[in-house]
Amino acid sequence: MAADRFAAPDSDTLRVTPLEGLTALYHRPSGQTHVVAEPVPEILTALAGAALSLDDLLAAMGLPADDGEIRAGLSGHLSALQASGLVWVA
Amino acid sequence: MHSLTVTVGPRAFRIGSIWRAPLAQLAALYADYPQPADSIAHYRIRLDAPRWMRRHLRPQVAIQGDYTLPEAVPLPYSQAILAAEMGMNLQIALGERRLMLLHAASVEKAGKVVILTGESGSGKSTLAAMLGEAGWRLMGDEFALIDPETGQAFPFPRPVSLKNEAIAAMQALAGEERFGPLLKDTPKGDIRHFRPSADAVARMAEPGTPTLILFPRFGANWAIRPVGQGEAFVRLTQASTNYTMLGERGFSALTRLVQSVPAKAIDYMSGAEGISIVESLFEGAGA
Repeated sequence: MAADRFAAPDSDTLRVTPLEGLTALYHRPSGQTHVVAEPVPEILTALAGAALSLDDLLAAMGLPADDGEIRAGLSGHLSALQASGLVWVA
Repeated sequence: MHSLTVTVGPRAFRIGSIWRAPLAQLAALYADYPQPADSIAHYRIRLDAPRWMRRHLRPQVAIQGDYTLPEAVPLPYSQAILAAEMGMNLQIALGERRLMLLHAASVEKAGKVVILTGESGSGKSTLAAMLGEAGWRLMGDEFALIDPETGQAFPFPRPVSLKNEAIAAMQALAGEERFGPLLKDTPKGDIRHFRPSADAVARMAEPGTPTLILFPRFGANWAIRPVGQGEAFVRLTQASTNYTMLGERGFSALTRLVQSVPAKAIDYMSGAEGISIVESLFEGAGA
């Protein structure tokens, strides 16, 4: 089975405003505001307008593909972002 | 139906009542407030009996208007001006479509505005009222109105709703003519309304530039803590009654506010201590 490929809103639909260590996001289609901490902005930037597998995303973010803890952490963030509607399976 | 129209800052309210006496009390409280230039009110409130028999028999006041809360409990007739005040809050909190409302007190000096925001009971109203008697212009104790286009803060200088111990604290600073009637045993305890100074009322159309955001807490040992932009943003979204409704305009206005204005949490034990903290932080903010 092919690995899921993840996507996130492009810069036309997601406004990103850094606020001293945290980042405020305004998602235009839903009208919802989110306040997030790293590495969420970096994940959204890597996935903006793209469709990346977990391995692709690790590579795009310069993270090792063979570190189980990092893979689990990133998967957890992707699940939470899917629940909030900011990431979806392409 | 008796009625009274009054302008508070950039908005005008028309208050109707089936009883004459509460409007006479309100008229005294708002004696210096101007009428809207075109006689048109932005918001309407009506004080009515919840059922016809409550007009005269153990009378009660239900708050009605353009916006209502279905679960709102009627107040005793003796608290009719409190009902009018709650009705005014409700109309602007739910109805305002242009200015961003922050549940906050605000004071101004030299065109620069300090926004004091916090939960009910945090002491922001009393601190703002005290600053209003100590060389500051009281812009309001309930709502700060932020223009999303310019970032300017507009006054909403309604009479301050003083509760319990705050009543005596303000009686020590201002004459009896500044106070409304004592409302005993309201849902928030004893309340007396306190009229802003004549200068604050006369300048109710004059906005200022936000310079400092404070999150006060009365009754705790002296402390000042910086509040980061992210935390200030989250707390102010929670303090705004119409942030969500304003959509992206609200997001732009609030992110710009927290990026451009420093925020601090302050704890203080007395009014004098609170005033001293506000003044030192105001000077430190480059004001």
